[in-house]
Amino acid sequence: MAENARVIVVTSGKGGVGKTTTTANVGTALAALDKKIALVDADIGLRNLDLALGLENRIVYDMVDVVEGRAKLRQALIRDKHTQNLALLPAAQTRDKSAVSVAQMQQVVQELKEEGFDFIFIDCPAGIEQGFKNATAGATEAIVVTNPEMASVRDADRIIGLLEAQGLHSPQLVVNRLRPEMVKNQEMLSVQDVQDVLGSGVKLLGIVPDDKDIITSTNRGEPAALVKESMAGQAYRNIAHRLLGEEVPFLDLEVRTSFLENLKKLFAVRR
Amino acid sequence: MKSFLERLLGRTDASTRGIAKDRLRLVLLQDRASIPPEQMENMRLEILQVLQKYVEIEEDELDMKIERGDGAVALVANIPIRRVLS
Ligand SMILES: Nc1ncnc2c1ncn2[C@@H]1O[C@H](COP(=O)(O)OP(=O)(O)OP(=O)(O)O)[C@@H](O)[C@H]1O
Ligand SMILES: [Mg+2]
Repeated sequence: MAENARVIVVTSGKGGVGKTTTTANVGTALAALDKKIALVDADIGLRNLDLALGLENRIVYDMVDVVEGRAKLRQALIRDKHTQNLALLPAAQTRDKSAVSVAQMQQVVQELKEEGFDFIFIDCPAGIEQGFKNATAGATEAIVVTNPEMASVRDADRIIGLLEAQGLHSPQLVVNRLRPEMVKNQEMLSVQDVQDVLGSGVKLLGIVPDDKDIITSTNRGEPAALVKESMAGQAYRNIAHRLLGEEVPFLDLEVRTSFLENLKKLFAVRR
Repeated sequence: MKSFLERLLGRTDASTRGIAKDRLRLVLLQDRASIPPEQMENMRLEILQVLQKYVEIEEDELDMKIERGDGAVALVANIPIRRVLS
């Protein structure tokens, strides 16, 4: 079997910014484009990726079982409900991050490569400790997820430095939970602002709006990427195309301010 | 001083967006320039070695630190010289 897998870690530093959501959606979107995808939940002890994919009831073995020899990799891999192209390697829920070492993680990734997947995505836990080191160990590319919000961008910057130190250069950036309305009102950092402060070494991969579809589709266990009319779903489908090297324009999320509104604002200030 | 045009476009640094961007810029500058103590000590020793080729230094009085000012980070060193070697 050809071993051409791209191994991409999805990371952020700060917790709760959308790593798991991004992993599930981008993986699902790429599978729909007929790529063979493996999703690895590296958040050991805080298993979540199974929920995003609606696969929580199918788990028999997990990554720690594989690492400790209780199960073969193929036994632990769960086929997705929607597509034959997607498989999940779940995290252990009752263990902690120290249950897997860097070397063991690399071994798991190597075995996944031998299975002939096109993409292997590793959903990284929050933080910069052991879990981060494990999740990045087998990766050759990185996606950094951030929200247009100060603490998240700061942590992203830190993570970018740490990735660099691990030889993972020029990570790709996903700005998640953008609220165009707030940006328009000068109440939220814009994507350009985020790029400005993070610097030119980071390439923009996608802009995902804050969208209730993410929550409702997680409720159903069906990633929003499968929902045609979903804005966030579209944003994730676009990311999938960009990962395949296609040029896709960024979603026009800008809420245009009319000339009149600006005039009003101007006079409001001057009064 | 904001230009008429900038005000027309609704850009003002007093917005929380502008404030956030400015604060982020500064804090990232600081974060990126923070050097672990061990590395700082190594750097201090190496700089010292270079200087000692040319001047005799009051080692006890030597002071070297990273300082953060308005929008910039600098390595500030105060190195008392006893005499110049020739
Ligand atoms: N674009 C979005 N719009 C609305 N809600 C979102 C969006 N992205 C993520 N969320 C919500 O934010 C929460 C956190 O997302 P997620 O679990 O993907 O983050 P995470 O980075 O994986 O978190 P952790 O650090 O805990 O692993 C979830 O409840 C998710 O539904
Ligand atoms: Mg997560």
